[in-house]
Amino acid sequence: MKRHLLEASDLDRADATLVLDTAAQIESALAGREVKKLPTLRGRTVVNLFFEDSTRTRISFELAAKRLSADVINFSAKGSSVSKGESLKDTALTLEAMGADGIVVRHGASGAPHRLATWVQGSVVNAGDGTHEHPTQALLDAYTIRRRLGRLEGVTVVLTGDVLHSRVARSNVWLLHTLGAEVTLVAPPTLLPVGVGSWPVSVSYDLDAVLPHADVVMMLRVQAERMNASFFPSAREYSRRYGLDPDRMARMADHAIVMHPGPMNRGMEIAAEVADSPRSTIVEQVGNGVSVRMAVLYLLLGGPA
Amino acid sequence: MAPPSTLPTGVPGDLPDPASGGVQQLLSADDVTRVVDRIAHQLIERAASSTSSGDGLADLVLIGIPTRGAPLARRLAARIQAFTGAWVDVGTVDITLYRDDLRTRGVRALEDTRLPDAGIDGRLVVLVDDVLFSGRSVRAALDGLRDVGRPRAVQLAVLVDRGHRELPIKADFVGKNVPTARSQQVKVRLVEVDGVDGVTITGGADQ
Repeated sequence: MKRHLLEASDLDRADATLVLDTAAQIESALAGREVKKLPTLRGRTVVNLFFEDSTRTRISFELAAKRLSADVINFSAKGSSVSKGESLKDTALTLEAMGADGIVVRHGASGAPHRLATWVQGSVVNAGDGTHEHPTQALLDAYTIRRRLGRLEGVTVVLTGDVLHSRVARSNVWLLHTLGAEVTLVAPPTLLPVGVGSWPVSVSYDLDAVLPHADVVMMLRVQAERMNASFFPSAREYSRRYGLDPDRMARMADHAIVMHPGPMNRGMEIAAEVADSPRSTIVEQVGNGVSVRMAVLYLLLGGPA
Repeated sequence: MAPPSTLPTGVPGDLPDPASGGVQQLLSADDVTRVVDRIAHQLIERAASSTSSGDGLADLVLIGIPTRGAPLARRLAARIQAFTGAWVDVGTVDITLYRDDLRTRGVRALEDTRLPDAGIDGRLVVLVDDVLFSGRSVRAALDGLRDVGRPRAVQLAVLVDRGHRELPIKADFVGKNVPTARSQQVKVRLVEVDGVDGVTITGGADQ
């Protein structure tokens, strides 16, 4: 494995499979235990460097690091010297001087983790950068699919929604491709990125046409905070054409599952009945995220410094 | 890798001939079977004497240390069942995340951890491994066990004890004691993992 995890393509098929297998072993090793803690990263320091808001990702990384006995420092831009104008580089060098072995970074600017990785000695894990990538989310999604369906090779995954702004979609496209799944993107043309033709995916504008063939339907959040133009006429129209409601869910194959990386806009891209149905893996994804992030931290930080 | 099983000595074909020096056979396939049978009998005796009710086998849990301790534990349980009719709980505890050499030797893939449904609290746990050397694997396994429960007692069964302990650890059941030089390599092969049974020692015997 490479020293950093900056984007899904940092992992080849063997690496990605190793992460998923390691996560599965960690999950089974900790299942049913009273003491959900392993001594593996004792004495190592993990810094959670979050320049953007996050609930589940930050907590998930924090829990993962703590379960491996690492010391965890949480840094959020609010209330730090960043609000006094400190640059990313100076912040990184400060953390470096304090001896961070791993830096988990979320940043609003695409590519910030790549810059960071050139300044520090420790391993950098991208926890979401702008509209670029969010590789651990893709890993936990792949893990969830493999757990529910038993395989990834040849599985048809339909990714629906705001692909343009979605780092989750980008990471999933590359990771799922690496692992042998077939990805179909479904979105209004305005919410597909320029250059999507060069991605290893098929593209459709019609959700109803592709739904019956899907093994996995992954709904993406409509990112209101990044909607700085009129990408669709109205929320209601978007929801009617691209939202997953009970009628559409009924047309999916019996074994097919519904995923969402959260946070959800209930009633917008996904109906509440769908989100809470037995087909939905949304809560499971959160739990799996901790196992997968433990695997990533173990594989990146467990060995020689 | 599955060496041809037709070799009568149990020495895999991919190794140099024992007579040419270098590789020496310590236990043949038949020897391994006999040693496992003997340890199984010793476990039965120990279990019978360890509780007043004489129901010691129900109390016993065999926990294999991956890779080769896991099939060894299953074999011991199968032999105990053949001799007594009693079923003994078996499990495995992967020790990778408890190792003290990850930082020097790097991370590696994890192996299975599976505990019996009844757990290990209050029971007699016998750890099973193929080779007892520095004792560090056993220490890691003891740390691992501490996180999953509180056994009444923990004992250790090994196929081969080759000496050179680095920690105050001693086996309760030993298949074969082998004096070795630290530079030598003792290699246990089991059908379940390697396609063949046997134990060999490689490297110069000079200290």
